[in-house]
Amino acid sequence: MIPVEHYLFLSAFMFITGVIGVVTRRNAIVVFMSIELMLNSANLTFVAFSSYLGNITGQLVVFFVMAVAAAEAAVGLAIIIAIFRNKLTVNLDEINILKW
Amino acid sequence: MNLESVLFYVFAAVSVAASIFVVSSKSPVISALSLIVNFASLAGVYLTLYAQFIAVVQVIVYAGAIMVLFLFVIMLIKPESDLGILHGHKPFKLLTITVGLIVLAQLIFIIVSGKPSTTLTGNSASVEIGTVEKIGWELMTNYLLPFEAIGFLLLAASIGAMVLAKKKFE
Repeated sequence: MIPVEHYLFLSAFMFITGVIGVVTRRNAIVVFMSIELMLNSANLTFVAFSSYLGNITGQLVVFFVMAVAAAEAAVGLAIIIAIFRNKLTVNLDEINILKW
Repeated sequence: MNLESVLFYVFAAVSVAASIFVVSSKSPVISALSLIVNFASLAGVYLTLYAQFIAVVQVIVYAGAIMVLFLFVIMLIKPESDLGILHGHKPFKLLTITVGLIVLAQLIFIIVSGKPSTTLTGNSASVEIGTVEKIGWELMTNYLLPFEAIGFLLLAASIGAMVLAKKKFE
């Protein structure tokens, strides 16, 4: 049997990788992918605890998180396309229309 | 070392390597492909947890639908001039990576210093809760309202995505 800590190690590593990606990368799409990475690490924690405690709620939460992630990806990528049409770049350092 | 542990460590190693590639590769296409590898190997990790339904949905929804969307958008927009992980603001980014590793060490310390885990509470219980039948039953009884709400959310999101992507901003 694999101890539950090993799943948590994997999840923590993926989450930190996602955080580093969000802060350091400047391509909007790669930032978005790093966010997906963080969402997945949270999902992994949910499933690990759900399986180890014999409680189904964790897996249902993961199901809902996946649906929300799909909606978020659709809307977010549409926003990225709209920004690209306007500014002809997806570099986050050059997109500052909300700054003043 | 039984087959289950071997599978877990292989899938975990693949997903760790793929997640590093996602963040560090210079081309967004390679990032996206590594992310697909990461999601697929996570599906394998879910299988070692007996979460069959979640594993299949992970492959179909994440590795399939969402990543196709990502790849389409990457193909639609102009390839950026190279923006690697250490491009510009180099001291700041090195600081970020250091802080991230420190936080990771703290998380590992917390996990290790917690109460030692018991293993699975009997395989049969975990095997039972991961099936499509059990999850479908729960979704149609106790979680019916959130289930309907998520359907509404997906409808709103698809309409919103179409509206956002169609017309130009002023």
